[in-house]
This record gives sequence, structure tokens and C-alpha cells, in this order.
Amino acid sequence: MKEEFYFYTEGFTVGYHGVPLIKNIEIRLKKGEILTLIGPNGAGKTTILKSIIRQLAPIGGVVYLDGSNMHELSGRELSKKMSVVLTERVRPEMMTCKDVVATGRYPYTGKFGVLSRDDHRIVMESMELVHIAELADRDFSKTSDGQKQRVMLARAICQEPDMIVLDEPTSFLDIKYKLEFLSIIQKMSRSKNLSVIMSLHELELAERIADKIVCVKGDKVDRFGTPEEIFTPGYIPKLYQMTTGSYDELSGNLELEPVKGTPKVFVLAGAGTGTTVYRRLQREGIPFATGILWENDLDYPSAKALASEIISLKPFQPVEDAVLEHAKELIDFCQQVICTVDVGMYKDANQGLRELYDYAMQKHNM
Amino acid sequence: MTLPIFTGWSDKMKKNRYCIAFLILIVLTGVFLALNVCAGSVSIPFTDVLKILGGQKVDSTSADIVMQIRFPRALAAAILGGGLALSGYLLQTFFHNPIAGPFILGISSGAKLVVALVMVLLLGSAIHISSMVMITAAFVGAMISMGFVLLMSRLMDQMSMLIVSGVMIGYICSAITDFIVTFADDADIVNLHNWSKGSFSGITWENVRVMAVVIFAASFCVFLMSKPISAYQMGESYARNMGLNVQLFRGLLVFFSSVLSACVTAFAGPVSFVGIAVPHLVKNLFQTSKPILMIPASFLGGAVFCLFCDLLARVVFAPTELSISTVTAVFGAPVVIFIMIHRKKEKAE
Repeated sequence: MKEEFYFYTEGFTVGYHGVPLIKNIEIRLKKGEILTLIGPNGAGKTTILKSIIRQLAPIGGVVYLDGSNMHELSGRELSKKMSVVLTERVRPEMMTCKDVVATGRYPYTGKFGVLSRDDHRIVMESMELVHIAELADRDFSKTSDGQKQRVMLARAICQEPDMIVLDEPTSFLDIKYKLEFLSIIQKMSRSKNLSVIMSLHELELAERIADKIVCVKGDKVDRFGTPEEIFTPGYIPKLYQMTTGSYDELSGNLELEPVKGTPKVFVLAGAGTGTTVYRRLQREGIPFATGILWENDLDYPSAKALASEIISLKPFQPVEDAVLEHAKELIDFCQQVICTVDVGMYKDANQGLRELYDYAMQKHNM
Repeated sequence: MTLPIFTGWSDKMKKNRYCIAFLILIVLTGVFLALNVCAGSVSIPFTDVLKILGGQKVDSTSADIVMQIRFPRALAAAILGGGLALSGYLLQTFFHNPIAGPFILGISSGAKLVVALVMVLLLGSAIHISSMVMITAAFVGAMISMGFVLLMSRLMDQMSMLIVSGVMIGYICSAITDFIVTFADDADIVNLHNWSKGSFSGITWENVRVMAVVIFAASFCVFLMSKPISAYQMGESYARNMGLNVQLFRGLLVFFSSVLSACVTAFAGPVSFVGIAVPHLVKNLFQTSKPILMIPASFLGGAVFCLFCDLLARVVFAPTELSISTVTAVFGAPVVIFIMIHRKKEKAE
């Protein structure tokens, strides 16, 4: 059974100076799979990665790579199986991007490290794979962070490994480069059947790219599984011990702390029109109520996170009278009503909604 | 598919640049060797020098000056200059710091201190001091200083502090050396005094033979290490992932840089700035930091630089000789200042 895993650990315990930090890590990864480490700052994601790439001596347990104990491999053998992209900034002097990428050929070159024709070809291919061929002759120190990171990825690729380990590769990249970078990784892992282990800060990206996720918390791996198994309702705030704000696992919706108190404003919203208004009210410190929203409405996650009162219905349910009455009471109670929905849309909408709209119009002379 | 052609073209450009740069260094080495032999308080025509080297009869004073004084001295300047530049290059690699060097980190001064001690002790008991004893003493001194510097680098993260502590170690060692030299009032100490300021004078053929063996052997070993050095330039973590045994490699770097600077100090005393300035100048000449080119190029560059400086030291105020460090500092220190300004600029960007 275990043979099909390219990389797996048994009772792997890591830490510094003989003091265990995270105990009994059990991770299994097949070829071509992407594994992502998530968890709060200082939880030890980097410590685990450092131990996996043998920068840190493990305190206990065994790591198997391609069927053999990884810690018995020679440096050279390991370097042909595993390459890395680290957070450590490299500041090479007077090296072109191509020179930096070419350092990935190190395990394959001869005594003096002279590149063969084949090596040159592989270097250029790797650069084309990450779309940086045009940077080949550019001075590495004069490139942007996004470009540097891709150069380091090309370097890792041209080492021709079976597995790449990346420590927070997207941290210094803007949103465009984040997506571009992860897309390249996904493409690589599919086309080259490459296993990838990386730590990510961006939960929504981790959820999208990872085949397997490891949640690191306290002195152990709290959860290990597929994104569906990890992103269950309520788990992420628990993992990160979030005390302010909220995170919705399904929509990835992230909100700040709601304003508490009796609602002063009623927001008639729906179909994603209300979210920006909710957030503005939150910024201005005004407690509000909103409705009527079905739980499958686009506005629902942010409404649930921010509204002090919310009138909601299970998906596809008709508006019952009791609910309508309750909504009217709230409208009476609030000093102001904001309608974010296009009036025309309400005209053809469900009977109950139109009634509520008309009621609000009357009441507050909108 | 214009891309591969383009890179091929630029690769060719680079190769041409490397060839021309090497040619320049080799020609300059030859020219300065000749100048150093010809010029001086008595100038000897180049044709005479060739005759002397060819074994033809020329007047015996000239022959003696060339064969016993100038030629060994010029060779020593070339060999020791090369060794010093290489030692600086290794230290810069080791500390990932462009202004590290054997002089500035106090390694030369440590070597000087132990050599002075040994000389005073042995001169007192009238024992002949062989070149090997000198080198060994210098090596011990270099390793002691190096040990301090390494300890400091463990305690302090900041590279600038490392340099400051190196300079302080240098001052302490120099102070103790001066103390020893001042109170050892032997006639031979006059020589010691000159030496402790840094000078290529008084080099014998036996010295040249020994230094050639030691420095060429060490330089050759360093050249064999050019591949691991290129890995180490990427930082320790990446180097380790490339399969480099970092611990062993660091040990070897320390060993060879100490051997090289110890050997120089044993024969010429502490010579300042060559170790920093030359690798930097050479890097700019070649526009690369590839160790496989930098190692031979730094060696040649050091040879040229020291030959040039020694020529000035002997000729400018002839017959009075300047100490070699005076001249190397004049040309080397501005380079260091330039590096620091340049680095600051890069950081600001």
C-alpha cells in the first residue's frame, strides 16, 4: 500500500537543538500531487520544511523518499530528487538570471561545473516553462521580486527533481504574480508528474491548488487531508485561533469584526448587491440589519459575518408571513432603510419581497 | 526561435571578453615583471637583463642586482600578490561580504604577531630561521585571528560589526608586535622592523622557491574548489540542497585562505587592501563572479597589482623605499570606499 506514495513520513518529529517542536508528523504524498502546509505564524511550517529538505536534523522518525530513507541518501543523490525554493534572499553578484538558473544543474555537471550543450538546453527550457526566457541575460540583482521568484523556480525545475519544496513562495508577490506563480506550479506538477510541498499563507489559494493540506498547530499536525476534509465550517477560525473577524470556508469570505448593537439601518439586499454596503457600514461603525436573504444568496456570507440581525431563509424556500412580519418590524425599528437592489428586479421578484419593498418605501418615504 | 541564437551570441561576447581580460592581465604581469627588474636606483636596460637571464657575460654588479635582488623580489611580489588576492577572494566568499580580506579581518596581523614572536625568540638564540618555520608560525597566528573572527561572526549578525571587530583584532596584534619589536634591540631587528610594516625586500631565492611551492599548491587546490564555491555563492541553504557538504567546505575555505595569507605575511609582512581591491577590480573587468574565472584572474590581478605597487614603492622616492602597504593603501582604499558607496546605493534601490 505504502509503495505508491512517493514521499511519506513515519513518526517524524522536528525541532531545534534536540528540543521537539512538532511531533509525530505523518504526511503521505504521491507523485504529481501538491501538498500545502497551512497554519498560524510561528506554528512551525518552516521548521517542518527545513527538516524535510535536510537543513535541520530531525529529532525522530523517518522520512521516505522514492522508497528509501531520505536521511541515508548522499547530498548528491538527494539533490537529483529534490530541489528547493526558499525564503532566503539570494544576492549573487554579477550573475545573469540564466547564470542563477544554471546553478540548478550543479548535481549533473563535472568537476569544474562547466555546462554541457544539454545543460544549456535544459536551462533554457526551464526558463521558457516559467516564462522568463527573455530575462536570460538580465542581471539577476536588477529584476523585480516577482521575476526573482520565478527565476528561483526555474532554477529548481532545471535541477530535474521529482519533488520541489517551496517555503512561502508567494509571500512577496502581488496578486497577479501569485496566480501566475501557482499556475506554473500546477502545470509543472501535472506535466512533469512532479510532487510539490509548499507552505502558503493564502488560505484561498491553498484550498484551490492543493491536493493535500497539512494543518500545523501547536506541537502537532492538527489535520491532514484533502481540501474538502480541511475546509469544513468553523475549522479555519479554530486553526488560527481567530478571535476577531470571521472566515467563511466555503466562499473564502473574510470579514472584520462586526459592529455590535441594535440595528440602526436596514439594508434591503440580495444577489451580491449588499456586500459593499455592509462593509461600508462596518467601517463607519453603524450596526445594521439586512434581509430578506436566502442562504444561497451571494450576500449571505458577508451578511452573516457583519449584520447584527439578519432575516434569512433556507435555500429555495418561499417567504412565509411570519418572516415578512418580522422584517417589517425591523424596518419600523430602524431609522433608515437602504435598498441596494435594482427596483426593476424587485418588481418581477417574489411576492413577499415586493411587498416588503413597497412597505419600506411607504414607511421611510423613499 | 530567435532566442537561442541571441543567447548564443551573447555567450560568445562573454567568452571574448574573458579572453581579452586574461590577455590583458598576462601581458601586464609580464610588463611589470620586466619593469620591476629594470627600474630602480640603478636602471638596467632591458637588453642587459635578457642577456643576464640568458647567462651571457655582462658587468657583474648589474648581474648581481638582477639575479640576487630584483628578480627574486619581483617574482615574490607577483606570487605573494596573487596569493593575497586569492585569500581575499576566499574570505569574501566565506563571509558573503565584499570588503572582507586578510588584512582588514586582522588575519595578517595575527600572523605577523606570531612570526615576530618566533623571530625574536629564535634570533636571540642565534638559530637560523627557515622559510618553513616562518610560514608555520604565520599560519598559527593566522588561525588564531581567524578563530577570533569566526567567534565574532557567531556572536554578531551584522557584517559591519564583523569587520570592525576584525580591525580591532588587527590593532591589538599590531600593538603587541610593535611592543616586541621596540624592546628587542638586536641589530637584526632593523630588518624585523621593516618587515613588520610590510615589504618585499630581502627576498632570497630559497624564499621564492618555498613560497612558490606553498602558494601554487594552495591556489591549485582552491581552483579545484571552484565548483563548490559557485554553489556556496547562492547561500548556504541552497548550497546544501545542491549536495554540498557545507561544514567541510567552510573548513577548507578557512584553511586555504589562512595558508595563503599566512604565507604572504611570513615573507612580506602584512600587506593591506590587496585582498579586497583586487578581486573587486577583477570582477568588474570580467563582469562576472564565476569562481572558475575569478580564481585565476584574481591571482593574476594580485600579481599585477603588487608588482605595480612595489615598483612605485622602490622608485618614487628612490633610494628611500616606501613600505608596500603605504602604496597598496593609496590605490586600494579608494576601491573599498567605492564598494561601500555602491552597496549603499544598491540597497537604497
